[in-house]
Amino acid sequence: MLRVDVSKRLGELAIEASFASEGRVTGLFGASGAGKTSLINMIAGLLRPDRGVIAIDGETLDDTAAQSHVPVHRRRIGYVFQDARLFPHLDVRQNLDYGRRMNRIAEDAAQFSRVTGLLDIGDLLDRRPGRLSGGERQRVALGRALLSQPRLLLLDEPLGSLDEERKEEILPYLIRLRDEAGIPMVYVSHDAAEMRQLATQIVMLRRGRVTAFGGPEILPAAHAAA
Amino acid sequence: MFDISPTEWTAIELSLRVATVATLVATPLGIAVAWLLARREFWGKALLDALVHLPLVMPPVVTGYLLLLTFGRRGLVGAWLADHLGIVFAFRWTGAALACGIMAFPLLVRPIRLSIEAVDRRLEQAAGTLGAAPWQVFLTVTLPLARPGVLAGMVLGFAKAIGEFGATITFVSNIPGETQTISSAIYSLIQTPDGDPAALRLVVVSILIAMTALVASEWFARRALRRLHGN
Repeated sequence: MLRVDVSKRLGELAIEASFASEGRVTGLFGASGAGKTSLINMIAGLLRPDRGVIAIDGETLDDTAAQSHVPVHRRRIGYVFQDARLFPHLDVRQNLDYGRRMNRIAEDAAQFSRVTGLLDIGDLLDRRPGRLSGGERQRVALGRALLSQPRLLLLDEPLGSLDEERKEEILPYLIRLRDEAGIPMVYVSHDAAEMRQLATQIVMLRRGRVTAFGGPEILPAAHAAA
Repeated sequence: MFDISPTEWTAIELSLRVATVATLVATPLGIAVAWLLARREFWGKALLDALVHLPLVMPPVVTGYLLLLTFGRRGLVGAWLADHLGIVFAFRWTGAALACGIMAFPLLVRPIRLSIEAVDRRLEQAAGTLGAAPWQVFLTVTLPLARPGVLAGMVLGFAKAIGEFGATITFVSNIPGETQTISSAIYSLIQTPDGDPAALRLVVVSILIAMTALVASEWFARRALRRLHGN
């Protein structure tokens, strides 16, 4: 269970968000500028809230009242960024292995081939990120985050920088991930159709505030076609 | 005319040794300072920045004289080092290395700082979310991506150290076999009757070393660009 109750002032935007989600995939839905990315950056520990609490499964990650803040590298929260952010000086295999090495997790060939199989990236292992397509890059980023064995996976518009065709290419992998990987996810998007396919619970955000919380049925129907 | 005499070889060998030691000792320190200047905000940052650049703008004689006052036998630091650790800089080749290291420092730090600044901080963030502690992020992401800049800085620093004259001669004088580098040997030879051919030989050698360094640093800089753009 993920519990978030924070406020943060970022220039013009004042984030005042509070929700608790048990969902397998919690969707943060809202227009750009609603504070979605800032919110998951706070969950990841990349941004510190001005006030409030963030907790996963009863473990407090941030509590401003108690002045506690677990640094990003000790949170065990995977993050897939919109722009993949693969390490350009490492090949795909080394990128995938990075989290395991940093967390000093024992090598697990079965897990490695399961993840590379799930994402169809087994053929890319010796390539450098510079020689991957946008869709391949995003799949490797997904694999890299999964292999660090996170307890929560954050996805910030992982399809945002891809064209329609590529989106269709990645979406099935995300659905497989949801159904097979067994890691709760927080999925950020402004695309209602995407949300409907993936999310089990929706947090609607508008100008830094939660305006609605519930199942996918609360998504705006008018947006579905877009 | 290209018979290099034993004395000249000594000067060449000494220059290479002084410059190598100066560069190798200054590099880790230079990386640390470059990282501080590139990535951290702290009180006195402008002061540190100015201090690093001081040898570049101050007359070398002044730097040399300050070194003599500080690290000389009766200098504040020099006396302590000699009494407690047995380390003496004054009129030794180690002193020449110290002078060269300090004079080369700004040139060494600059490319390293620029290349660290050019490393995408979003990659460092990504490394953090994968469980890398800040020091691991530095060693596995920042430093490898900045490596060509580090090499370029080392090459520039080395070239500067090879050619350093004013601070070195002021601090450790011009003793053949101990502190007489290529530059100070040329200086002595020009003032000696019939010294011109020998001086010219050393001039050619120092030009060759400098050109090699420049070409190498250009090559590293290009590689840095390619690397940052992912292959």
